[in-house]
Amino acid sequence: MMRTADLVSSASRALRSNPLRSALTALGVIIGVASVVAMVALGSGAQAMVERSIASLGSNLLIVVPGAQQSGGVRMAQGGGGRDTLTLDDAEAIGQLEGVLAVAPSQRSGAQIVANGLNWNTRIEGVTPSYLLARDWDVAQGRFFDESEERQARRVVVLGATVARELFANVDPIGQTMRINGGSYEVIGVLTSKGQSGFGMDQDDIVLAPLTTVKRRISGRQRRADTVSQISVKAGSEGELNRLQEDVENLLRERHRIRAGDDDDFTVQNLSSITETAAQTTQVFTYLLGGISAVSLLVGGIGIMNIMLVSVTERTREIGLRKALGARQSDILHQFSLEAVTLSLAGGMIGLALGVAGAWAMTSLFNLPLVISPQNALMAIAFSGLVGVLFGAYPAWRAAKLDPIEALRRE
Amino acid sequence: MMATLIEANNLVKLYQMGDETVHALDGVSFSVPRGDYCAIVGPSGSGKSTMMNILGGLDTPTSGRIVIDGADIAELSDEQLAGFRNKTIGFIFQSFNLLPRLSALENVELPMIYGGVLPKERRERAAELLHRVGLGERMGHRPTQLSGGQQQRVAIARALAGRPALVLADEPTGALDSNTGKEILALFSQLNSEGATIVIVTHDHEVAAATRRTIEMRDGHIVSDRQNGSRAA
Repeated sequence: MMRTADLVSSASRALRSNPLRSALTALGVIIGVASVVAMVALGSGAQAMVERSIASLGSNLLIVVPGAQQSGGVRMAQGGGGRDTLTLDDAEAIGQLEGVLAVAPSQRSGAQIVANGLNWNTRIEGVTPSYLLARDWDVAQGRFFDESEERQARRVVVLGATVARELFANVDPIGQTMRINGGSYEVIGVLTSKGQSGFGMDQDDIVLAPLTTVKRRISGRQRRADTVSQISVKAGSEGELNRLQEDVENLLRERHRIRAGDDDDFTVQNLSSITETAAQTTQVFTYLLGGISAVSLLVGGIGIMNIMLVSVTERTREIGLRKALGARQSDILHQFSLEAVTLSLAGGMIGLALGVAGAWAMTSLFNLPLVISPQNALMAIAFSGLVGVLFGAYPAWRAAKLDPIEALRRE
Repeated sequence: MMATLIEANNLVKLYQMGDETVHALDGVSFSVPRGDYCAIVGPSGSGKSTMMNILGGLDTPTSGRIVIDGADIAELSDEQLAGFRNKTIGFIFQSFNLLPRLSALENVELPMIYGGVLPKERRERAAELLHRVGLGERMGHRPTQLSGGQQQRVAIARALAGRPALVLADEPTGALDSNTGKEILALFSQLNSEGATIVIVTHDHEVAAATRRTIEMRDGHIVSDRQNGSRAA
């Protein structure tokens, strides 16, 4: 019976006796594992990016906009819709539904802003204070307006990070005055940065003002006083979202007196279902990339098998000798299997390191988050070991089954 | 301890070569007492190589019975045969068969690795054996750094490593010049006088004459079996 330590030293000795060949053989596995690790990390990074940017719109969020859902998919244009079908009363009624954490009606408008001697064209969103809660947003600097300021249509604004940066690069924006459509407004706060949305829009390019202010002073008199362009509804938990969506739809159909069979004059968008779809799509891409890379790992395994078969042929005499000296079939089997597994495991570990480095390089190039889970790393190592076991098994079996008399006669 | 080491009875070994059945051994019987030093001679095709393979536990007879050191070869499983080769037999080959990657010391250690001997004990035993065959100064050398005679001495030390009941040598001087060959045969004589049982398989009658007993084979039969000493006396 051979001791394990002797088995290991015997295998490592055989591999070290031909370092170039061992390195080239392991290279197949190195490339395979590295590409699997890098591709899966890249895919996971893209997935995390999509999830993060969609989640940045607000979690557990329903967005109600005027106009029917267009055929062929979810229409994501926010605040679009030609008809003024949503009202403040609708928002209030939604607020009475069970499971609603916050309701924030808002009116969108575009305007040219002048401040600090600079011009900026941006979105002006008239909102109530509950908007921050509904959209998971926060004030980075200064403060937000309160209920009474909102009711009194005070001329105050809170800037998105982009607007603050563009207009007040060198000065503290808090307390500064800006002109919108000829009226002057005081900057009382700056929002935290949300970055790009999943749809490529800069969410920080925005100015928030009290809803009443926007309705009365900015969006003008062409619209009815009590209509809004959007209602954000935040549910208490993700589990309630689907039920709440149905409740909102039923409530609005009732309030708008829409008969059964007629089209809705509003659309309720469920962000978590959009997130899920987007995440699933990127996950499929991750699997696809990983699967394609796994093929190269397979090729690496075949390389190991090839070299092990060559090695068994070359060392036929040695195998015969070892058997004559008392090596059992299992000793030979273990030695050659161990050589294959050592090659593939070493390749797996080097490949993992290279894959992580490659993933880091690519994600920083594409500005994606670097996502490498320990499970994926462990799986890459385990998988490379498995490749060694599988592709080393046949050559090792051939070696173990060699007839010692024939083997010793071989030159 | 039994006085008889090898007891072979009516051994038959058949090979199928195409349509033809070859009788490599055709009813061979002989016995070897412990401490003997004998040669099995014969031309190629005489069955001496088959005989050696069976004696060494590398092959089993088609029929007949051979007991070596109490073990019935035909009864042993593959795994038991491996153990038998490891513990009972010490092989010496014409072409030395040392592993080129290993030093002399490590080559001698090799059978003890398969015997599960601990590293420290192996190393001491291997060093002692290399001293005994006159290579105490060259233990760290690789086979390629040694002359043919020295390589065969390493192989002899390796054969002795497991304290085998039987040392089995296949044309041990076949790859050596005649002077070196004589030195190796002298080493065999010395080992025999120290108690080792040695069987040499050879086609060379001069080599056979250096032993104490010659078993001559032809066409799968033993044609003569005589004590060399008694004829010389």
